[in-house]
Amino acid sequence: MKRYDAIKKIMESLTVEIIICNLGAPSRELYNIEDRDENFYMLGSMGLVSSLSFGLAISKPNKKIICIDGDGSILMNLGSLSTIANTNPQNLTLIVIDNSSYGSTGDQKTYTNYKTKLDVIAKGAGFESIVVIKEAEEIMPKLKNLGVGCHFVLIKVDPGNAQVENIPLKPEDIRIRFMKAISRA
Amino acid sequence: MTADLKLYEEIKNSGIDLILSLPCILLKGILTLINEKKEIQHIPITREEEGVGIAAGAYLGGKTPAILMQNSGLGNSVNAIKSLLELYRIPIIFIISHRGVEGERIPAQIPMGELTPNLLDILNIKKFIIDSIENIKELKKAINFNKKSKNSVAILLKRSLWNDL
Repeated sequence: MKRYDAIKKIMESLTVEIIICNLGAPSRELYNIEDRDENFYMLGSMGLVSSLSFGLAISKPNKKIICIDGDGSILMNLGSLSTIANTNPQNLTLIVIDNSSYGSTGDQKTYTNYKTKLDVIAKGAGFESIVVIKEAEEIMPKLKNLGVGCHFVLIKVDPGNAQVENIPLKPEDIRIRFMKAISRA
Repeated sequence: MTADLKLYEEIKNSGIDLILSLPCILLKGILTLINEKKEIQHIPITREEEGVGIAAGAYLGGKTPAILMQNSGLGNSVNAIKSLLELYRIPIIFIISHRGVEGERIPAQIPMGELTPNLLDILNIKKFIIDSIENIKELKKAINFNKKSKNSVAILLKRSLWNDL
């Protein structure tokens, strides 16, 4: 399974949830799999997708927020895990698709390729609900099984990007479209 | 009324409904008030750049967040200010204790303290100075400007606000 396959399965598991997606290849892949108004694509500020998702989760406690993060990005902002776990918003699922590489910049290896275990870091940060997925067919049942809560989901995949087009939307238009969509009842 | 209490009341009445903070010794009093009164949602953060990300998400969700931090955190936030806030036009309020200038006793604060006003100018962030109890009202001006212009603003709190020179 590669990241593209994982995102596809994630999208098949969801209905009305709000998605905040990591920058680079993950956002491009999500855009090509299923663009929707409730998708927010990060285009810059690597590392902050989990923080932005968390900020949204505490502001919209009645909406389910799904964050699609990556190993390289979460390693840049490990403090975010402590802030999220201690605040413990009951409407946030932080999915880290771990391909053990910086996929958007030429597949240079990250430390998760060696000794680093992100699920163990999440546990240390204080997450109480941690799910590790290694097979594509586990994604849908395991995501559907998550109830209310603050969840950390680690999906282990192989490196590699799908050949997809860039996102043609302007950053400000992504924001305006997204804000309009999430303010609907 | 003490400087901290007056500043607290001004923040509360300004419409700010989420504070993301990292401590500074100058911010000790205001942080204590925020924690004790429990009137404004307060989330301590681990690094200022993380706060920029959280604030951006909270803004998307309809909140008026402010980041309360020391000016050293401005350096930690530069990339996020440009490639998140400016990129998507998300206006955020920074309330910053300005260390490293008049009355500073810790040499390590000085290089960043001296850079701070120029750095804000380069970042295109309008700055509002509060250096006495009398001009705590600058906070309201800053927030009005933030709301109208949709630009991020910085409120610099000077040591003289607390008569700590």
